[in-house]
Parts: sequence; structure tokens; C-alpha cells
Amino acid sequence: MSPLIFAYLALASALASGVLALGADRYPGLLRYGSSILLGMCGVFAVFAGAWALIDEAPTTDLLALGLPWLKWHLRLDPLSGFFFAVVGLLVFAISLFAPGYLREYTHPKNRQALAALGLFTGLFVLGMLLVLLADDAFVFMISWELMSVSSYFLVAYQHQHAANRRAAFLYLLMAHIGGLAILLGFGVLAGFGGGFTFGAMRAAELSATWASIAFALAFFGFGMKAGMVPLHAWLPEAHPVAPSHISALMSGVMLKVAIYGLIRVTYDLIGDIQWQWGLVLLIIGSTSTLLGVLYAMLRNNLKRLLAYSSIENVGIILSGLGLSMIFIGTGHKILGVIGLIAALYHVLSHALFKGLLFLGAGAIAHATHEYDLNNLGGLIRRMPQTAVFFLIGAMSISGIPLLNGFVSEWLTFQTALQAPVLASGVLRSIIPVAAAVLALSAALAAACFVKVYGVAFLGQARSRHAARAQEVDVGMRAAMGLLAVLCVLFGIFPSTVISVIDAIPNMLLGAGPPSATAQGWLWLTPISPKVASFSAPLVLLGILIFALISYLLLRKRTVDSRRGPAWDCGFGSLNSRMQYTGTAFSMPIQRIFAPVWDLKEEIEETKNAAQPLHTEGMRHQMQALDRSWSRVYEPIGHLVLVAARRIGMIQTGSIHTYLAYSFFTLILLLWVVT
Amino acid sequence: MINWLLALAQTLLFIAMAPFLLGWIKRVKCHMQNRAAPSLWQPYRDLGKLFRKHVVLAEQASWIFRATPYIVFGVTVLCAALVPLVAVDLPTAAIADVIVLVAFFSLARFFTALAGMDIGTAFGGMGSSRDMMIGALAEPVLLMAVFTMAMTASTTNISEATTYTLNSGLVLRPSFIFAMLGLMMVAVAETGRVPVDNPATHLELTMVHEAMILEYSGRHLALIEWAGQIKLMIYMVLVANVFFPWGIATELTANDLAVGFIAIAAKLVLLGVVLVMWETVMAKMRLFRVPQFLGFAFLLSLLGMLTHVVLETGG
Repeated sequence: MSPLIFAYLALASALASGVLALGADRYPGLLRYGSSILLGMCGVFAVFAGAWALIDEAPTTDLLALGLPWLKWHLRLDPLSGFFFAVVGLLVFAISLFAPGYLREYTHPKNRQALAALGLFTGLFVLGMLLVLLADDAFVFMISWELMSVSSYFLVAYQHQHAANRRAAFLYLLMAHIGGLAILLGFGVLAGFGGGFTFGAMRAAELSATWASIAFALAFFGFGMKAGMVPLHAWLPEAHPVAPSHISALMSGVMLKVAIYGLIRVTYDLIGDIQWQWGLVLLIIGSTSTLLGVLYAMLRNNLKRLLAYSSIENVGIILSGLGLSMIFIGTGHKILGVIGLIAALYHVLSHALFKGLLFLGAGAIAHATHEYDLNNLGGLIRRMPQTAVFFLIGAMSISGIPLLNGFVSEWLTFQTALQAPVLASGVLRSIIPVAAAVLALSAALAAACFVKVYGVAFLGQARSRHAARAQEVDVGMRAAMGLLAVLCVLFGIFPSTVISVIDAIPNMLLGAGPPSATAQGWLWLTPISPKVASFSAPLVLLGILIFALISYLLLRKRTVDSRRGPAWDCGFGSLNSRMQYTGTAFSMPIQRIFAPVWDLKEEIEETKNAAQPLHTEGMRHQMQALDRSWSRVYEPIGHLVLVAARRIGMIQTGSIHTYLAYSFFTLILLLWVVT
Repeated sequence: MINWLLALAQTLLFIAMAPFLLGWIKRVKCHMQNRAAPSLWQPYRDLGKLFRKHVVLAEQASWIFRATPYIVFGVTVLCAALVPLVAVDLPTAAIADVIVLVAFFSLARFFTALAGMDIGTAFGGMGSSRDMMIGALAEPVLLMAVFTMAMTASTTNISEATTYTLNSGLVLRPSFIFAMLGLMMVAVAETGRVPVDNPATHLELTMVHEAMILEYSGRHLALIEWAGQIKLMIYMVLVANVFFPWGIATELTANDLAVGFIAIAAKLVLLGVVLVMWETVMAKMRLFRVPQFLGFAFLLSLLGMLTHVVLETGG
């Protein structure tokens, strides 16, 4: 028995779930129940296989006689892939609970959509992600990478009636392939030096510093594009929100993590000799992504688009953690590098959980109200009380609020950054704390952003009829969100336990674990040493519980004497929902402070009465905040490509004589080169 | 065990002293502005009155609105437990470090802002939006100042940092001076004092913190007010004990503890006077000047960090 068996079972269930859905156009139940149950099994198996591989620590490998006759598939499950396997599995399990209820609308006879396609590509998408994690040679890796990209393309293009979705899907496919090409070239460099395309051969390869840097740069470009780092991120907020919500949860929650996995695998495992300059690049790009991601998220009022932008921020945090880790490893401080790596991995786990939760929450809101625009929501806490609690946990977690999992990784990243004084270079010693301050700014902005989301969507009065009539979603959907919410809390309270499990990964990659992080037992988290910093979430929780008990006992008798009355309306008569702050109004101060970040288009329309020209009857304010990367990066490149294509197009005359002449001269040239 | 009891006693003392400190600040302020001063015990009387009053809840209020006062007060008390007041080396300091302290404040802010939006009035949303903006800009400054301190003392544990300053004797550290100035400016912004906010006004255009808690009444309001007083005291104690720790008890004898108490009381009285002088000479800023104010504070903390890197580690 080995964990690989469970991994195969997970792959088989994912495939079976896709195949089973082929009949869904005729029997919609197949998709809602059959496919979902198989996906749930896939999730359970994947978590099991991943956890086993993490605890067992010894890698297990296998050869499959698939593909071309002389190319057997190399598969391997080690702690690193096991960790990501478990993360993917957790979220797949959660969406399998969510899907039956959520898909009810899609299977409704009145507006039935292409169900077979949805189910098939969901299965293949999960299969692709899991297979990437198992790959032990470049061949399998690239095949499964493509499987993942292409099947998710079809999911993005699922609601292809809207032109914007088709455009987003095309952009996604284009960028995925440019990224894939870079990854392939990176593997090419490694395979060239290693004399083989298996990861084993690449690991053994001796690279010069320059070639190692080239391989790293290619891999970083490719994986970074998939992960959505700035400035290669523009496809992400277009593509992620347009898929059905549970798919968005998978794409933002775990597909980005598969890209992070690729980056860790190639840099830490295959290339090996990490140089600190790479870490510096990662840290700078990571910090930029963090800040820009959250600022772009801040001004969005479309809930899913806002969440997609916030994924860019979180990828930035992960990249910053990895960057710190690489800087410390490259300068010979391995133990500190280990802590940075653990911080990044912890954030991978945290982000998968809370972003999955938030996307499912957005799905639940959309299911209940058919609205994604925050400014049409409001008051949902009374209509959907349980969803409101789960969403609040997700929002707090993503804002880095203590006792939830998002805070642990942020705290660890700060602790790593604070070790900068051990470095010899003064430049690094001052850049790292500044990067940490950028992280702090982003975390605080994220809190502002999610106060906006929660306050506008769930609190106050309903701003539309849909929101006023919303109904709580069904049991399965609530169970999915509840599961993720509970995990967010648990992983926030018992970080030491989690870290003592995932330290198998640095043990394998770097041959060193965090010696003192969990040395004080499960109660204490002390990354460097107890003298330097300690954090005990269980004790904090205990303090809070004792305090709650005391205040309950003291104030118990008084809870009856509160009475309800109307809110203070300044004497103007009853308040209505149009008087409360909207999302746009809430983010206005931030928008003014950081104005140069966006391309702002603001319009104010005044309607006047012709009879009384001085009397304004109505005003309409419209604001659009566009992503600067479009006008600065994408449009110039697109323009360049078009110009180049036109120039090259000139040699195509359409006349056969010219083409024959081309062939003739090429042959002559080649003959001349050969001789 | 005795250590834990002492830590508990210190926390209770902290909570009990906070209204007194506010009373002192108000009194000095009145004297400076040639007004008749209320008694030093007035904040206690106000709290007592609010605790006895009934609560009136808005019809729209959800559980978030009712839970927020308890969350805010509880979190602030927890923060008070982390900061050494009379003695260092108490066990509660190890539960969480200064980064967690900052994060706890952001937890309290998160819920206060949500409570502000819960009723659905324009005031609440306005206060929340402004407070989150100020908080977002203040947090990096705060952490930068903290980082300077943490890098010098190579710890983020507040108690350890205090011990470090105490042991290193009277050394002039330029980095500490910059960090302290940054920290003081942030403290002014975070506790809602002039020039960023004015705790004594309910003027519609200038309110920040008061706008969020406008709908609170009775014991809810009492808890929020008290938490605000404790928060102000936490910042003042941080400045007093991390940068000027002399006098604080390092051994848990009755004599040392008495000296420690007198020392911190004297330091707080002095800092209170400094705060009042600052508030008397400054005018309240308009909202969009606040980013400049905090930008300057950030510059100070950044300078502190850079001088640490350049001067104190020889890079």
C-alpha cells in the first residue's frame, strides 16, 4: 500500500466524474448528483493521498506505460506534491458539496445550458491539476499542464453568449500558452544539461550560474503568468469571474496554487542552487502584486471581479514569502529560508480555503439574488443569516485578522522579514523592511476592501428588490461554506500542529526543518526562538472565551432591557436604502489618495428642468477605474504584434512564382551555409 | 502561578487606570484653554451612568451591531494584557507579540466599521469609510516603527524589547528617536485625537470615529468609550515603556512594584501634558490632509529604520 494508490483513485474519480457528465444533457441529475458525488470522492482520496505523503515523508514513484511506447510516464508523490494534492482535494470536496444546489438553476428545464460540457470539463480540469502535481518528468508535466489550461478555457468560455466572456476566454488561452511556452523552454534548458527529460535527470544536472538564472527566469515568467503576478495579471480578473462560481473558486483558489507549485518545484527542487538575486526579484514583484492587486480590488463593485483581483494580492504575498526565503537561502541562512518557505506554503493553504469560501459565498449570493453588483445588494445578513456568518469568517481571514488562518501566514512572513539584520548587504537590509511595510499596507487595505464588501452586501438595508427577497441557500451549499469556514478557524488556532506536518517539505527540499517553530509544543508558535517572538493562538482564544463568560455572567440580567427604536434620521423623516453608503462611496477616499494607480474616467451628468435653468432635478455620477496595465503593457504589445504582422504580411503576394522564388533562394542559402 | 496572578492584576490595573488618564488629559486641556475643569473622576461617573442606562437599538441592527462593543472591549483588554505596565517579564507578554497587538487593533477596527455600516445610515458609512482609510495608512507606519524597534532589540516581544532598552543603558539611538516620533504621530491618528479626528465633537463634516458609534447607547456605548480610553493608554504606555523603560519593576518584590507603579504614573502624567500641548497648538485637519500627515509619519519611521541600518549595524 502506498499513497499513490489513493492518488490514482482520485484521478480515476475525477475522470469518471467528467465522463459520467456526458449524459447530463439528457439526464440532468447525472451532473448534479452523479458527477458531484464522484468529485467528492476525488476530493477525499486526494486529501488522503496528500496527507499520507506529507506524514510519510518518503517519496513514492511509479512508471505508467502510457503515451508513446518508448516514453513511459514518470509519476511521483512526495511531501511537496502531497501538500498541494491535499489543498486541491479539500477545495474539490467543498465544491462537490456546493455544486448540486448551485447547479439547480443550470439544469432547470427553462434555461438549461450545455450541462455535458460543464461536467466533462470540470472533471478534466480537476484531473489536469492533480496530474500536474504527480508529474515526475517534463513530458507528463506539460501534457497535464495543457489539459488543465485547455479544460479551464472551456469553463471560462462556458457562458459564451456574452461577447465579453468570449474575449476573456481568448485572452486566457493566449496567455496560458505564452506562459506554457516559457515553462517548456525552461524545462528545455534543464533537460539539455541533465541529459533527459525526467525530473530525476534535471535534479542531477550541473548548471552554470548563468544557465540556472535563465532557467529560473523562464520558469518564473511562465508560472508567474499563470499565477497572475503583476504586470502579467490582466487576463485573470477577466477570466476567473466569468465561469460558474464553483469553478471560479477552483480557478482562483487552487489553479493559481498549481502554478506556485510549479515555481517551487522547479526552483527549489530541480534547479537547486538558489541565488539570492532571484529572491530579490520575487520579493519586488511580489510586493508590487500585493499592493496593486488590493488597490484594483478596492474599486471594483462586481463581487467576483473584486475577489479575482484580490487573488492577485494573495499571490503577491505568497511570492514575497518565497522571495524572502530565496534571499535567505541564497545568502546562506538556510533556517530562515525554511521559515520563509513555510510562511509561503501556509498562505497557499490559507488562500485556497478563504478564497474558495468567498467565491462560494459569492455564488450563494448570486444564486439567491441574481446580482453580482455590490451596489444592488444590502441587508443580506437578515435574509441569509448562515451564509452571512461564513462569509464574515472568510472576509476576516483574508484581511489577516488574528485567530484566523490568513493571519498566521502574514505573521510568519513578517517574522521572516524581521530577520533581515543578519544579512551582510545594507541594501537588502533596508529593502526587506520596506517590502514588509508594503505588505502591512496591503493587509490594511484588504481589511478596508472587505469591510466594504461585507458592509455593502450584507449590512444596512436592501438596495434592490432581489436583495430584499433573497432566500437562504440549500443545505449542501451551506455545508460547503461551513466546512471551509471551520477549517479557516481551525488552521488559525492550531498553526503549530499544521506546521509540524508541513515541515516535511523543507526537510525534503532543503534538508532542514524549522528547528524551533514548534519546539514549545502545539500551544506555542515560535519561528525563530521563544525570546524573539512567540504567538499562542489557543491561549488568546482561551482569554477571549474567559472574557466572554465573565461579561455574559455580569450582563446576563440586563440583556432584556434593550428596546428597539428607529435609527436617528436627523429629523428628516424615514431613512431609505438610497441614503446609505455605496461601495463606490466607501472606497472614494482610497481612490483619491492612490489616484495615479488607475485610469480614472469620471462623469457627472446633470439633468435640468428647462423651465427653471437654475434648478437641478437629478444628478448621475459615473466612475470607471481601469487597469493601467492595459494601456501601459497590453495595448502597446498588441499594437506591436499587429504592425509586425502587417510588415511580414507584405512578403505574401499570393502569386505562386514568388513563392517558388522564395523556395529557390532559401535552398541556395541553405546549401551555402552547409558547405 | 504567582506570575500569572500578577499579570492579571496588572491588566486589571490597566483597565481601571484608563479613565483616570483620560480625566487627567481633559483636566489639563481645560486649564490650558482657560476653562473650568471637571473632576478627575468624571470619566468614571460617565461610564457608570451609561452602564445603568437602557440600550436603544435601531430597528435595522443585526447581531454584528450588538456583538461589536463586546468584541472591541474584549480585544482591547487582551491588548492591555500584552503590554508591560508596572513590571516586565510577566507571562502574558509571551502569548502574543507586538505584530499581533497591531492586528488586534485592526480586528477591533474591522468590527467597529462593520457596526457603523450595519444601521444603513449615511453617517455610519461615512465614518467607516474614513476610519478604514486612516487605519490602512496608519498600519504600515506603526509596523515600520515597530520593526525599527524589533530589529534593534532583535525581538518583537514587547516585554523583551523593554528589557533590552533597560539593559543597554542610556544610549542615544537616532533610530529610536525617529521611530518614537513616528509612533507618536500614528498614536494620535489611531486613537482619534486632534489633528486627525476630534473626540469632543459631533460635527457632521469632521467626525470619523464618533460617526461610526453614533447609534450606540447605554452599556454598549460605555464599553466602546472605555475601550477607546484603554487604547489611548496602551499607546502611551508603549511609548513610555519601550523608549523610556526606567523605573519599571524587573523583579517581583513589593518594593520594585511600588517604584514601577510610581514611575509609570509619573511618565503617563507627563505624556498626558505633552499630548494636551500638541492638541492645543494644532488645529483639526481636513480629511484629505491626513494622508500627508501619515505620510510624514511614515517618512520618520523609514528614516528610523534606515539610520538603524546605516549607523547601528555598520552597513
